Amino acid sequence: MRRGVIARESRVSKVAAMTVMIALAIYFLLPVYFLVVAATKPQGDLASTFGLAFSHFHFWQNLSTLFGVDNGIFLRWALNSVIYAVGGAAVGTLISTLAGYALAKFHFRFRETFFSIVLGGVLVPTTALALPLFLLFSTVHLTDTYWAVFLPSIVSPFGVYLARIFAGGAIPDEIIESARLDGAGEFRIFFSVAFKLLSPSLVTIFLFQFVGIWNNFFLPMVMLQSDQLYPLTLGLYNWNGQISRVPLLQQSVITGSLVSIIPLIIVFLALQRFWKTGLASGSLK
Amino acid sequence: MTDLAVPVIRAAKSRRRRGIAGVSPRMIAAFLIPFFLPFVLFYIVPIIYALCQSMLVVRRTAGEFGTSYTTFGGFTQYIQAVQNSEFWGSIGRIGLFGVVQVPVMLAVALLIALLLDSPLLRLKSFFRIAAFMPYAVPGVIAAIMWSFLYSPELSPIVTLLQDIGLKPDFLGPSAVLWSIANVSTWLWTGYNMLVLFSALQAIPQELYEAAKLDGASNWTIALRIKVPIIAPALIMTTVFSIIGTLQLYAEPAVLQQISTNISSTYTPNMLAYAIASGNNYQQAAAVSVIIAIVTFVLSFGFMRLTSRKAQA
Repeated sequence: MRRGVIARESRVSKVAAMTVMIALAIYFLLPVYFLVVAATKPQGDLASTFGLAFSHFHFWQNLSTLFGVDNGIFLRWALNSVIYAVGGAAVGTLISTLAGYALAKFHFRFRETFFSIVLGGVLVPTTALALPLFLLFSTVHLTDTYWAVFLPSIVSPFGVYLARIFAGGAIPDEIIESARLDGAGEFRIFFSVAFKLLSPSLVTIFLFQFVGIWNNFFLPMVMLQSDQLYPLTLGLYNWNGQISRVPLLQQSVITGSLVSIIPLIIVFLALQRFWKTGLASGSLK
Repeated sequence: MTDLAVPVIRAAKSRRRRGIAGVSPRMIAAFLIPFFLPFVLFYIVPIIYALCQSMLVVRRTAGEFGTSYTTFGGFTQYIQAVQNSEFWGSIGRIGLFGVVQVPVMLAVALLIALLLDSPLLRLKSFFRIAAFMPYAVPGVIAAIMWSFLYSPELSPIVTLLQDIGLKPDFLGPSAVLWSIANVSTWLWTGYNMLVLFSALQAIPQELYEAAKLDGASNWTIALRIKVPIIAPALIMTTVFSIIGTLQLYAEPAVLQQISTNISSTYTPNMLAYAIASGNNYQQAAAVSVIIAIVTFVLSFGFMRLTSRKAQA
């Protein structure tokens, strides 16, 4: 009898669980579905047709309009975003891993102090840094340059934290010792032995920093004046602000938003497993 | 970005590995400097610079038209900042936002994580991906997407609600704060869910077996066993949500473009930016410092509070 009660309970729970989860999935997917539908419509259909149903398929024309605005400035923004995010995350991953490896594998005084400073850095609200950074960069005339966005982006205390955890777990001391006995220098050991053992973790560190820079908005907004240097986020924000004066820009904001999130969503899906390793480390250690 | 950060901190002390002796200090410095030099330049120096700036005032030699000069002003900027009613307005808004949005978002994240970890659900990887997907969308673009879904002209949601006789106004004076909260929730629920889900996955299955033999239901196991075990992950997601809330800028700034109910001083960060745009950098620095201090106090305070509770 007891077993029967439990079976019934679990059938009810299953239906309830699926219902809740389907509702939530609709919530998460709806805005993106709306964007896909809207990006295929001619500007005139946006307000006159129902937002969740396709009307005239106008996507290719929308794309060519998008890339034609202001002599193709959208492509320039996309390229800038790639430069900031790929370059910043690549350099950032390298320097974070060097530091994290040293903090995990070398013995020295104040090692824990260094690590505590890094952890404090994780808690610093970075937008509060943007205004003082602007003033500092303006004293050396570096505002409104690529460097103004790129340089602050390479610093990721969280990356150092992850690198230390990963290096501590993935690289046995014995391997380093024996490489040293073979006469390899510390950097040689780092780049040939540690890099190889850490490579999945490096992807994780890179991904976190990449997304952080790709999504960044406040720092570029504070630092940049010339639209030639804008990343996608800032460019689309500016277009969005002009819609009331230039209504035709609306379709380009929609198509541009879709074009800028699709590559990232694909990368996300392809590299899913790397997120989990990153998110799991820390919470239970 | 602190957005990136996940569970952290407690590893600091427990993690004393053996490490390797006999590396020269110069070599160690060569490994550390590539990170710590930019860290000092772009993290520490701006903090010190903001502290110094916030202690300065601009005075004029003689009345309105005298030449201006900068001088030490003690806490003048801070006193002016806290006497500004817009400052308290922005703090009040963000406080209300945080008290409601953070618990709602984390409750939903926890619910999804528990469901994905339970035997109740099918299509688990689809649901996990659907929930995590918004993390790939930049805040600005998420706000732009939702702003279309809020706008009376374009939104299919408004159309549907009007069809059943409602008159929704997502951009009205009282609703707009929750419209912003919805964008944040949409963006960050999946990320927090994955943090909690990863913590759940790390729990050994044997822990549940005794409870299962005693006939405990899935919900009893979830609430009595799983949730207490992943408490550290919950604390960390809360701390990082608090930090994120205090930095709120992109979402209200985008919605400001279509709603007259968002002032340019709507959140503390928008206030700091507005003051800086008026060239009053010292006052803006003071506001930035206050935001940073409040963030630190709240996040450390919350961690202390919860760790004391755990010990009691």
